[in-house]
Amino acid sequence: MITRVASLAVPLFLTAFSPEASLPAPARGGELRFCLHAEPKNFNPLMVSEEPDEVIQYLTGSVLIRINRQTQAFEPELAESWQLADGGRKIEFKLRDGIRFSDGAPLTPADVVFSLRSVVDPAFHSPAGEPFRTGKGPILVSQSGSHSIVMSWPAPVAGVERLFDQAPITSARAIEKSALPEEMPVLGPYRIAGYRSGSAVLLARNPFYWKKDEKGRRLPYIDSVRLSIQQNRDLELARFLRGDIHLINGMDAESFDRLAEKRPDEARDAGRSLESEELWFNQVARAPIAEYRKEWFRSRQFRRAIAQAISRADLARLVYHGHAAPAIGPVSPANLFWFDAKLPVPASDPDASLASLKAAGFSLSGAVLHDRQGHAVEFSVITNSGNKSRERLASMIQQDLERIGIRLNVVTLDFGSLIERITRTFDYETCLLGMVNVDLDPNGEMNVWLSSASSHPWNPTQTAPETPWEAEIDRLMRAQAIETAFARRKALFDRVQEIIVEEAPVLVLVDKNSLSAVSASLGNVAPAVLHPQTFWNIDRLYFRGGTGR
Amino acid sequence: MGLLALMYLSALLAGWIAPAGYARQFRDSPAVKPSSAFWLGTDELGRDSLARLLYGSRVSLTLAPAAAALATAIGAAAGITAGYWGGWIDTSLARVMDLFLSVPWLFLLLSVRAVLPLNVRPLESVGITFLLLGLLGWAGPARVLRVAANQIASEGFMVQARARGCSRPRLLTHHLLPNLAPVLAAQFWMSIPIFILSEANLGFLGLGVAEPLPSWGNLLAGLQNMDTVMSCPWRLAPLFLLLVVMACFHMIVPMDDFSK
Repeated sequence: MITRVASLAVPLFLTAFSPEASLPAPARGGELRFCLHAEPKNFNPLMVSEEPDEVIQYLTGSVLIRINRQTQAFEPELAESWQLADGGRKIEFKLRDGIRFSDGAPLTPADVVFSLRSVVDPAFHSPAGEPFRTGKGPILVSQSGSHSIVMSWPAPVAGVERLFDQAPITSARAIEKSALPEEMPVLGPYRIAGYRSGSAVLLARNPFYWKKDEKGRRLPYIDSVRLSIQQNRDLELARFLRGDIHLINGMDAESFDRLAEKRPDEARDAGRSLESEELWFNQVARAPIAEYRKEWFRSRQFRRAIAQAISRADLARLVYHGHAAPAIGPVSPANLFWFDAKLPVPASDPDASLASLKAAGFSLSGAVLHDRQGHAVEFSVITNSGNKSRERLASMIQQDLERIGIRLNVVTLDFGSLIERITRTFDYETCLLGMVNVDLDPNGEMNVWLSSASSHPWNPTQTAPETPWEAEIDRLMRAQAIETAFARRKALFDRVQEIIVEEAPVLVLVDKNSLSAVSASLGNVAPAVLHPQTFWNIDRLYFRGGTGR
Repeated sequence: MGLLALMYLSALLAGWIAPAGYARQFRDSPAVKPSSAFWLGTDELGRDSLARLLYGSRVSLTLAPAAAALATAIGAAAGITAGYWGGWIDTSLARVMDLFLSVPWLFLLLSVRAVLPLNVRPLESVGITFLLLGLLGWAGPARVLRVAANQIASEGFMVQARARGCSRPRLLTHHLLPNLAPVLAAQFWMSIPIFILSEANLGFLGLGVAEPLPSWGNLLAGLQNMDTVMSCPWRLAPLFLLLVVMACFHMIVPMDDFSK
């Protein structure tokens, strides 16, 4: 799976999430249990890069601005407020008063300056700092008052607030103790109370956590969290059904249906997620594939005809058992602010597809489509082996294309070989892979849509855009990156989405739903499509009855 | 043998028994139970499970013996050469056999698959898979045959024949090979189920036979989910067939032949 880095914008300030505020006060106590799918590698909040570390960081850490996982709006966290200035070159934060680390020490502006400087310092190599360092010139961080911090860039940066959702606030003291996680002071709802390699991470309530509920009670409600290290997803489901664990994030459709059959009230489908399946055509000029095939893949009419021949509705219905929807464009409707609602819903029409191919000079002789030079239209699609859903997608596309006389050869490769082919040797024709949009803002997608980008799927690292439409995408993406007015940015990025759909260099096939399992004993759960889907509001979760099962 | 022949015949008549074919997707009937239209139901994409089973049997029952024959032939050439000649030839070939036995064949298959051309048709891909299995699977039979050839070469009748001036080719063809025939046959029959299972293992990993062609390997891969198996027991048909075939092969090769 390739991770497409992206982002969010629009400064909306909403009150804390409280869907059950009118109900009796949630009980305190209990231990929440769920699984990490790999061993945590780093407890240093500034060096978090992999999923298990991110989960622990989310549960124990804190940030200045938080993206509400449900509304996708910005919410003040450690910063009481913030202000953009100097045409988007500067942001000033006013810190909340009375915030304490889990060891009781107060959070000072010096701690915040230390954290942000460490994040943006290229010498420190903090993964959280990469999105900050997109422009040229130094990023300056300084204390501007007794409770104020200022960060400034040499050039305007659009949608800058969303970067702070991933920028951990800590202290030099905490970093020194990150090798002994139990002693590391934190600002989040939980602190690390124990870690047994290969077994579990135990988190205990942070007694100094700053958030309180509407009745003035200190959060979180649940006393402790046990994160069991469990790679096998089938065993994870079995443990959930036994009542050993309370949550599962990111379920596949088959497991979800199995759960829904047994415990319908515990299977939660949050609708379209930011995860999609995509197929793209290799358009790299130096790719070691036949010239006539390159010609097909560079033809807009050919690509659009393929798009038209594929029944996305069938893919969603059969491969994902209905827990997916035909994709409309490169941005999922789950991205509330940036999805272009004007895009037409794609419909499958093999007849129109064939007519379009014939208009482009292709001809059908018998059941086989030929190009102008008489080559039978046959090409391969590579995908990673061992992914049942993806193999089924390929099989269905194979049959869809057969209807218009095209033979598609499905090739499953181990992930290493596949990545080598799509990033280094370019020895492939088309590729079927999944994409996850982890950042909602278009700026986070610069590494995908710019023709010079290394993750530009169909033709990466171009020295100059090879087609007029890619040049136009480059122009639009660069323009939106420095445009601070949301409406103007949205218009620019909408046009990018329209070009992607019109030119069809990459066919976004389906948007998968966000599927999770949530124990009926948990209250205040509101699964969202953004990570961490089920426990994004961890401090508000509680056990009905107080202790869980 | 009769049962195997019957299974092979039904696999050959797959087009007549299940005219829907193995690739056609009845998208309005995905994962349906057995019915008069689909005797063994359909898979998740609406493909006729009976047709896939029969065509899969055709693939596995044809290509596994071919791979077994190839592996046994290479194994026989290497094993007999090493066992009969002895000396440095034996030592060198024995080291090569050890090397082949210690190679993690799965990773080797992955690497080989990665360098093959992409536009390979499903039937060619299944042929390549079994060819690779055959080419990689010779070291086991070779080891057994080396020991057997070595034992026979030092038997009295061989010494006597050599003393009487019997030529080397005649010794090999008239004295050694006839005595090795039961071991060769046992190695061949034993290798067939091994290759069927190897292909099944590759199928579990999503490698091996390419879509939409079925094989027992990719049909068995559908049994990974225990709940599905429990709720749709007819999906066990490929496993049942595999067990029957394995039992048949074991009956063809009596246990005393295995001990050789």
